[in-house]
Amino acid sequence: MAERKVTVGSRVGLHARPASMLVSTAAAQPVPVKIGMEGGRALDARSILSVLTLKAKYGDTVVISAEGEGAETALDAVAAVIEADHDAAENGAAG
Amino acid sequence: MSGDRAGAVLQGVAASPGLAVGPVARLGTPPVLPAAEPAVSDGAAEGERALAALGRVADEFEARSAAVAGTAIGREASDVLAATALMARDPAIADSVTALTGAGRAAAWAVTEAFGEYRALLLDAGGYLAERVSDLDDVRARAVALLLGVPMPGVPRLPHPYVLVAEDLAPADTATLDPERVLAFVTTRGGPTSHSAILAKSLGIPAVVGCPAADLAEGVEVAVDGSAGTVTVAPDAALVAQVRERSAARAARAAAASGPGRTADGHRVPLLANAGAAPDVLRALDQGAEGVGLLRTEFLFLDRRTAPTRAEQEDAYAAVCAALPGKRLVIRTLDAGADKPLPFATLADEPNPALGIRGWRTSWPYPDLLDTQLAAIAAAAGQGSAEVWVMAPMVATAAEAAVFARLARGHGLAKVGVMVEVPSAALHAARLLAEVDFASIGTNDLSQYTFAADRMCADLADLLDPWQPALLRLVELTAAAGAAAGKPVGVCGDAGGDPLLGVVLVGLGVSSLSMAGGALGESRATLAEWPLERCREAARAALSAASPAAARAAVREVAR
Repeated sequence: MAERKVTVGSRVGLHARPASMLVSTAAAQPVPVKIGMEGGRALDARSILSVLTLKAKYGDTVVISAEGEGAETALDAVAAVIEADHDAAENGAAG
Repeated sequence: MSGDRAGAVLQGVAASPGLAVGPVARLGTPPVLPAAEPAVSDGAAEGERALAALGRVADEFEARSAAVAGTAIGREASDVLAATALMARDPAIADSVTALTGAGRAAAWAVTEAFGEYRALLLDAGGYLAERVSDLDDVRARAVALLLGVPMPGVPRLPHPYVLVAEDLAPADTATLDPERVLAFVTTRGGPTSHSAILAKSLGIPAVVGCPAADLAEGVEVAVDGSAGTVTVAPDAALVAQVRERSAARAARAAAASGPGRTADGHRVPLLANAGAAPDVLRALDQGAEGVGLLRTEFLFLDRRTAPTRAEQEDAYAAVCAALPGKRLVIRTLDAGADKPLPFATLADEPNPALGIRGWRTSWPYPDLLDTQLAAIAAAAGQGSAEVWVMAPMVATAAEAAVFARLARGHGLAKVGVMVEVPSAALHAARLLAEVDFASIGTNDLSQYTFAADRMCADLADLLDPWQPALLRLVELTAAAGAAAGKPVGVCGDAGGDPLLGVVLVGLGVSSLSMAGGALGESRATLAEWPLERCREAARAALSAASPAAARAAVREVAR
């Protein structure tokens, strides 16, 4: 099983748009991706309600995991979304 | 049912002028699970049925998200709708539903229970998550309605125009309303200043409130007269033709008037719009507004558990400023309390909230709320070329006006005013105006407090009639104080949107009229027919009348 620790980069935490993007990205992967708080239960990363109820804030560490062929690539894609500061990227694009 | 008899006339309270004919569509209420849960023989099939319903709900939200994505205000709404679609497709919900139906639960009950678990989790989390509970409830209610075969909750989605009939309309209902499709509102509850009435006026469509329309069947044709407050069931062909003709003539007259507001002899009276958010402002400009005379800032605060941040407010005000380059924008600070309770700014257990901590008084227990708002307004005002004025609601004394002026000017705001909604403020208008730069009369609350008559009470409509001569006397006092001090006194209550009453208000010395966007065209056309001296004559006639009806009759006499 592939596992990775990732730091939440979005200023609003895993809420709102960042949460939706994470869920959509996880759903697009060929293998199921799980997500949990460090030391907590691993939940389905394709479930918006599970992701929201993690209550992961900016700077928190979350653990993502996947199994099977393509697991590493799937984790790369999901980690990139979690680590990104979506707000900063948007402000840059707008301004 | 008596309500369905052809030609029957249902009498309600006039809430927004205009005429319309069309079929009834009723606002759907959230489905209620029947007391007895049916037995399920095939758990797997029942599970599939439940998931199919959730899938349809998700499709619907995705379509709505895509539909608003390209519009000016669409980005945020589109994101919320897309996230709501994800809730309907949530695999954790699907697992839970499948397990429940597998154990013999019926589909609608399984869906209700599966969502219930997450509902409690979100609610407990508070803040942003708790605000998603209404989205979750909406998904559940829609799926359950599909499964029970009952009408969908909320505003109906019909391919043809219709007359919307409801008990009352909540802001959440009207947010999804398509103004192209809704011909008129008819509500069984609510007074002439209820949310439904305000929205109808802003859209420029007729509305009748407090109407005994509970028995009106779906699809029945009705004729709505928003000026007389009547709904005619199954009107005959002659009435339908008459309504269509009068409604077309009214629209043509309003469309023909253009340019800045002025009397027949050229006395300038800026015609401004009342607005609740950026989309209202854009619509009002299309309708010919010269600026915004009342921006209600509650839209930023409602339906939330915590107050919006300074940055969030600044963005919202800046968006409105950007829509009004070089134009006047009068921003009213938060008017919470009474009919607009907020969890973070309303005191619990007030025996009489309408006479309690509301309007500007909210800043006494919560000074930071006002300070943050003034800072955000000042920052937004510095970004565009809109001429930003700021005013406080429900100010009662000159001392309060002085405190507000000091706070607002402390943030660098140049044009500071107060609303005149409490009789004490009108009686001491000269003293209040010595402290501030302008005043704006809110006729709805001024009526309520002058006549001790609850705005929401349909039975008191006559006391709340803006033609009440005692109300006009308070307007005269305030306008005279403004003229003496050389400071503007506008009207931003509903009175400003009654074209003939607008003439009276101008005659009383009011310097600008702010109204729902839909009323601007007719007001402009009417004002352009009256020289200032005749407006003053009309004002004198209305002041001397004994009742609202007598005041109207007296002014019509002057018009001859």
